[in-house]
Amino acid sequence: MRRPALKTLSLIASALFLLTACTPAAPDDGSKTLKVVYQKTDSFTALETMFQAAKKEFEAANQGVTVELQPIQGNDDDYGTKLALALRSPSTAPDVFYEDTFKVRSDVDAGYLLKLDSHLDGWADWEKFDDGAKAAGRADDGGTYAVPLGTDTRAIWYNKKVFEAAGISLPWQPRNWQDILDTARKIKADDPSVVPFNMYAGKGTGEGTVMQGFYELLYGTGSTLYDEESKKWVVGSAGFKDSLGFLKTLYDEGLAVTPAEALDANVWKKVFGEWFPDGKLGATVEGSYAPSFWQDGGSYEWPGYAQDMAVAPFPTQDGREPGAVSMSGGWTLAIGAGTKEADLAFKFLSTALNRDNSLKFTLDSSQIAVRSDVAEDSGYQGANPFVKDVSGLVSVTRYRPATSDYPRISAAVQEATEVVITGAKSPDQAAAEYDAAVADIVGGDKTVWK
Amino acid sequence: MPARIGGRGLLRYLPVLPALLLLLVFLAGPVFWAFQASFTNTGLTGRNARNPGWVGLENYQRLLLDPVFPLSLWLTVLFVGASAVLGQNLLGLALAVLMRHARRAVSAAVGTAVVAAWVLPEIVAAFAAYAYFSRDGTLNQLLGGLGMGQPDWLYSWPMAAVVLANIWRGTAFSMLVYRAALNDIPTEVAEAAQMDGAGGWKRLAFITLPMIRGSIATNLMLVTLQTLAVFTLIWVMTAGGPANASTTLPVLAYQEAFKFGDIGYGTAVASVLLLIGAVFGVGYIRLLREGKR
Repeated sequence: MRRPALKTLSLIASALFLLTACTPAAPDDGSKTLKVVYQKTDSFTALETMFQAAKKEFEAANQGVTVELQPIQGNDDDYGTKLALALRSPSTAPDVFYEDTFKVRSDVDAGYLLKLDSHLDGWADWEKFDDGAKAAGRADDGGTYAVPLGTDTRAIWYNKKVFEAAGISLPWQPRNWQDILDTARKIKADDPSVVPFNMYAGKGTGEGTVMQGFYELLYGTGSTLYDEESKKWVVGSAGFKDSLGFLKTLYDEGLAVTPAEALDANVWKKVFGEWFPDGKLGATVEGSYAPSFWQDGGSYEWPGYAQDMAVAPFPTQDGREPGAVSMSGGWTLAIGAGTKEADLAFKFLSTALNRDNSLKFTLDSSQIAVRSDVAEDSGYQGANPFVKDVSGLVSVTRYRPATSDYPRISAAVQEATEVVITGAKSPDQAAAEYDAAVADIVGGDKTVWK
Repeated sequence: MPARIGGRGLLRYLPVLPALLLLLVFLAGPVFWAFQASFTNTGLTGRNARNPGWVGLENYQRLLLDPVFPLSLWLTVLFVGASAVLGQNLLGLALAVLMRHARRAVSAAVGTAVVAAWVLPEIVAAFAAYAYFSRDGTLNQLLGGLGMGQPDWLYSWPMAAVVLANIWRGTAFSMLVYRAALNDIPTEVAEAAQMDGAGGWKRLAFITLPMIRGSIATNLMLVTLQTLAVFTLIWVMTAGGPANASTTLPVLAYQEAFKFGDIGYGTAVASVLLLIGAVFGVGYIRLLREGKR
């Protein structure tokens, strides 16, 4: 009996030893740590710069508090997934994090975000934020859960040299869809090696397909994706079919990129890095942040962009009021609902978004300012030649219906564009499939024929 | 003293206990969690993230009506069949047999080249394959140099591209398994057969293959299960597109669970995948047993 007993004892002892070795050491002093999570990619480092500055400033002002920066490498989709997974568990949830405006409502529903109203009341700077942008952080209960960093708009970016070569008078301003097609055909006739007018389509470019393409078309027909009044999703609209029809014309006539190129998730890199600088692309629909790729330090530096490029609002289908369409998104900072240091977290958030840090971030990332003192700054106004044009589009802009069903609806729209540009389905068939998909996703009683 | 023997018997299992616990926590745990989640409407965000509800078989009913599901099921079978069971397995066997007869230098060079693809991290191998098959990639440059057509592989032939990429990536494993198995065959047996006048093909069919039957079954089981789970390679090369033309079950499960935030539905897809793996596993184990008889 003795030997097995000894064995058991030693086993238990070693197990205990292992267990104690695994237990984290108790904090030895009164120091506190704030965990900050945000997105970082090779071409997007403005946020990293801002948080580094904020960390320095904040730690100097709050002795004994450590800010732990945890950048997540990845595109918007991957970042959203990773953040949501971290937020699911209190042990991994960050204190302060970078949050897409269109995820705010569903993440509030999920109980991930802390209501900020009481903190915002005591923050003098809050008055300086634009009212429209403030709405992006508001949830269905009327409370504010996130503070906007900046916003964006979408417009047509075109290469003046390509347009001049094709004999198109500048500045160019299409009044309706027909003008776009006419211009694109002229460019194609002049030089078949040039891609006249690019609009993203298909699932490869993901959310870019709908934000920088389909919605500019759809909202210019007078139709919408979601009926805010009845809180139902619109199906069977003529505008939806017309929008798909426009894409079909564009791709069938070879006025856009080839369908194979359109479905490559990396096509936007060619748009910014190769085709525009090389004069191989006439125009594309893109966000107000486009100059950030070409500026000094951007991923596709191109000193000539200010001379060669110009910007025009995207027209409505037949020129109807208000004459132009744009889409807006943008990002915010939010605080985790489970944070143990709500006051400190808010203090850090307000440091990161104070005037100086906001101004620098807005310039670095070519955002549209949401603070009035930043918008008035001469540095912001002179950041690039297009600031005024793209900021002006805020008056005609639209936001996405950010319900929890939205990602799936967006994917259904992307699918519809994909089957049309590849020629697999006609616009009518694709629209019918979209209608069926929407009814499937939200339930038939949450759809409305319009 | 039966009590003492019993005590010792139990104690003998004690050292296995940590391994058993680890298996329970890290293997059975997630499997059970996924299976359990597939009966709920758990979401990544939104109301169902906080208060997921039990929905019974709803996710599975939805799966049966989903037009992408049968396509995805077929693509998974095609992917596993073509790249693992046929591609990796047969090519691995062929390489192993040929390398036995090759000169040592040739055999070492081929072995290194094949194993190199296998030791690459999956993400690196995936990007290499993407660069190889993309429109301006290496393959099309080679084809262009030979004066042949240059199809857009990832767009026009996405399944062919991912199958070839997976064969390239995974053949080394089968090759190593078969080399080890062939080395275990006593040379006298082959020599005796040769004396009896059996040619190369006859020796392979009647001597070599029956003798390594066990290794064949083991290898088939392992490569099948590995290939069933391949995700990164496909995701990087085609992301399941175009128009779902390369959406295998792991890609579908990922899309549903993380892109659309529908964890309940995504885990239902994953559970089906587990089931398929289990069916294959049981089939191969049977094969193994027969081999031993």
